[in-house]
Amino acid sequence: MINRRKGVAAVAVVGAAVLLAACGGSSGSSGGGSSSQAAAGAARGPITYVQGKDNSNTVRPLLDKWNAAHPNEKVTFKEQSDQADQQHDDLVQHFQAKDPNYDVASVDVIWTAEFAAKGWLQPLEGQYAIDTAALLKPTVESATFNGKLYVAPVTSDGGLLYYRKDLVPTPPKTWDEMMTDCSIAKKNGIDCYAGQFAQYEGLTVNAAEAINTAGGKIVAADGSPTIDSPESVKGLQRLADAYKNGDIPKQAITFQEEQGRMQFEAGKLLFLRNWPYVYSLATKDATSKVKGKFAVAPLPGDSASKPGASSLGGHNAAISQYSAHKLTALDFLKFLESPDTQRFLLTQASNAPALASLYDDPALNKQFGYLSTLKTSISNAVPRPVTPFYPAVTKAIEQNSYAAIQGAKTPEQAIKDIQAAIAAQGS
Amino acid sequence: MTATSGVATGEAARAQTPQQPRRKSLHAGEGRRGLLLVTPTIILLAVVIGYPIVRGVVMSFQKDPGFNRATGTFEGGGFAGFQNYTRFLFNQCPTATGGTIKCPPGRIETLFWPSVWNTILFTVITVAIEVVLGLAFALVMNGSFRGRGLLRASVLVPWSIPTAVTAKLWFFIFAYAGIANAALHTNILWTAAEWPSRFAVIIADVWKTTPFMALLILAGLQIIPDEIYEAARVDGAGAWQRFTQITLPLVRPALMVAVLFRTLDVLRIYDLPQILTGGGGGTNGHATTTLSILVVDQIKQGFNRAAALSTMTFLLIFFVAFLFVKFLGANVIQTQQTQRGGKI
Repeated sequence: MINRRKGVAAVAVVGAAVLLAACGGSSGSSGGGSSSQAAAGAARGPITYVQGKDNSNTVRPLLDKWNAAHPNEKVTFKEQSDQADQQHDDLVQHFQAKDPNYDVASVDVIWTAEFAAKGWLQPLEGQYAIDTAALLKPTVESATFNGKLYVAPVTSDGGLLYYRKDLVPTPPKTWDEMMTDCSIAKKNGIDCYAGQFAQYEGLTVNAAEAINTAGGKIVAADGSPTIDSPESVKGLQRLADAYKNGDIPKQAITFQEEQGRMQFEAGKLLFLRNWPYVYSLATKDATSKVKGKFAVAPLPGDSASKPGASSLGGHNAAISQYSAHKLTALDFLKFLESPDTQRFLLTQASNAPALASLYDDPALNKQFGYLSTLKTSISNAVPRPVTPFYPAVTKAIEQNSYAAIQGAKTPEQAIKDIQAAIAAQGS
Repeated sequence: MTATSGVATGEAARAQTPQQPRRKSLHAGEGRRGLLLVTPTIILLAVVIGYPIVRGVVMSFQKDPGFNRATGTFEGGGFAGFQNYTRFLFNQCPTATGGTIKCPPGRIETLFWPSVWNTILFTVITVAIEVVLGLAFALVMNGSFRGRGLLRASVLVPWSIPTAVTAKLWFFIFAYAGIANAALHTNILWTAAEWPSRFAVIIADVWKTTPFMALLILAGLQIIPDEIYEAARVDGAGAWQRFTQITLPLVRPALMVAVLFRTLDVLRIYDLPQILTGGGGGTNGHATTTLSILVVDQIKQGFNRAAALSTMTFLLIFFVAFLFVKFLGANVIQTQQTQRGGKI
């Protein structure tokens, strides 16, 4: 009898402990935000800035500077992982839970439409408006969805054509010129051109560049597919033909950014389409065989008069709809776009700033040899499809382009299938 | 002991160990106390396992929110019936007007049956290879020789490396300019061609999990008493006969358990193909996409459809486990009890 009572008591204690442990953890973390939710939205106060891994140590110095000037509106840094997919999923989880602790988030350009359509971002209009006149135009386009500005462009990125200036003194201005230059590659026993053609986001970037350069357009402003056009077919056909006759080497179908960079640095590629980060690595790497032998140019275009349309990269800063201190968040956004901060992001991390004036600065141009080429690239850049269904759209483009480049289906069929796949979305 | 067959030996062994009286029903006080002690765990399991499964099934019958182009926001949802299941099983995508069309290439629905086929292919091939190799390793490790402990520990090394690291290592080995092509003097696109990418995944998986199989089989081998082998040798049985007539039947329970675990593992495999090939390969780029990779891709595009895919994966695995236990005699509990009691 006594044993049984003791047993019941023990069970009750253990059970209570388990339940308390389960509930206590969650209430502790949300307690901080609840007190300031009373004056929701219009108040000022401390905020949290959420960004992926800060590899170049830019965020902490910036926050120290802000916190010194704003002791009552301190910004805390919430650092995510350095994987883009994990950053995306982390933001989705917190926005879905309406977390008031995520005030300002660093949003990749391709997530803007998705987050805006789900109502998680504060549109930057009315009392939250910012001045975008000083920014590069394509970055503002990528920050706009359905006619409204939802995020503030902070950093950008554009594709560059790296070429061996010792073998090709003047860079090609059109795709056809580049293909003609491939005879120089054959003569020197190296491969001609590579980009990013493995089946991942980089393939969407390269395929979109080929399609947009030829004059095609993947989706319209309202998200409906417009890719089915002779221009798009012409663009994709270029990649398929180059792969077929060996101007794009067979192994390029496995290349992401790093594999292409290593081939170029080993001297085995004549032309490489890649992001600006390759510039300093190819110049400084001990194993780089192309030090001093390469230069950058804008992507080859359809005709000599206009450079190729690069795909836009970069990150924008967004104010969460559930933030309790949106005015402070707005001031922080303006701080991120200020000339000093933009210059710091360029010099410290080699990020491409969204502020246009920095690209004409002579001192910066001397320090970063690719800067003026990058400005041309970004000014002619076309955002990847601005649609809230971006994950599905990019999958459709990836899969069909991959098949078309390898010759498993004709570019016409591939473009038609992409059109049908995007059109079947939304249901 | 004159027994030469496993059954006879078992009976003899059972006759020698004292029998515990088998309880047919729970004794009143002890049974109830036992139930109360287990209750917190049951509550925890219900919350952590039961609720998500039920919620997932409920979600799989809801529609994903649709996009309203006029307002520019997502809205709606509502009951979807079996639509989330039929769109994958029959490759029929609903249109805005209410009908269905065959899903265009590039949509995840078109990848469902290829993924099922890939998953089953991986399961059959990797488990078959691992059984043969694992049995061979276990037979070697079972012998007594100097350095046996070191051999057993070093065989475990591939199993002890985290899968993500293993996948990245094999990614570099199978790169176009990597060791595999250099050693074989070939130019195979291991991560991009259809069958090479599948074999890349299979090779990496076999390398990683054969030690696991070997150890489970070794546990089964160690229970077989040496006397049986001696008796068989005395009776004039050759090595192959000893292997097929004594070893295989006696190690069968442990082998079946090991095969069951591995089969269920490979049916759920996600990390190895995702990191090694990204699910890619072949001209449609999905030669190594497994069901779990498809579920994760679908999560990014719609939670409710992902819940339906996940439920179908769960049902497939459950069905395979059921077949194993019912027909192939993989009795996990019985085998453990038998091993503990020293009975065969």
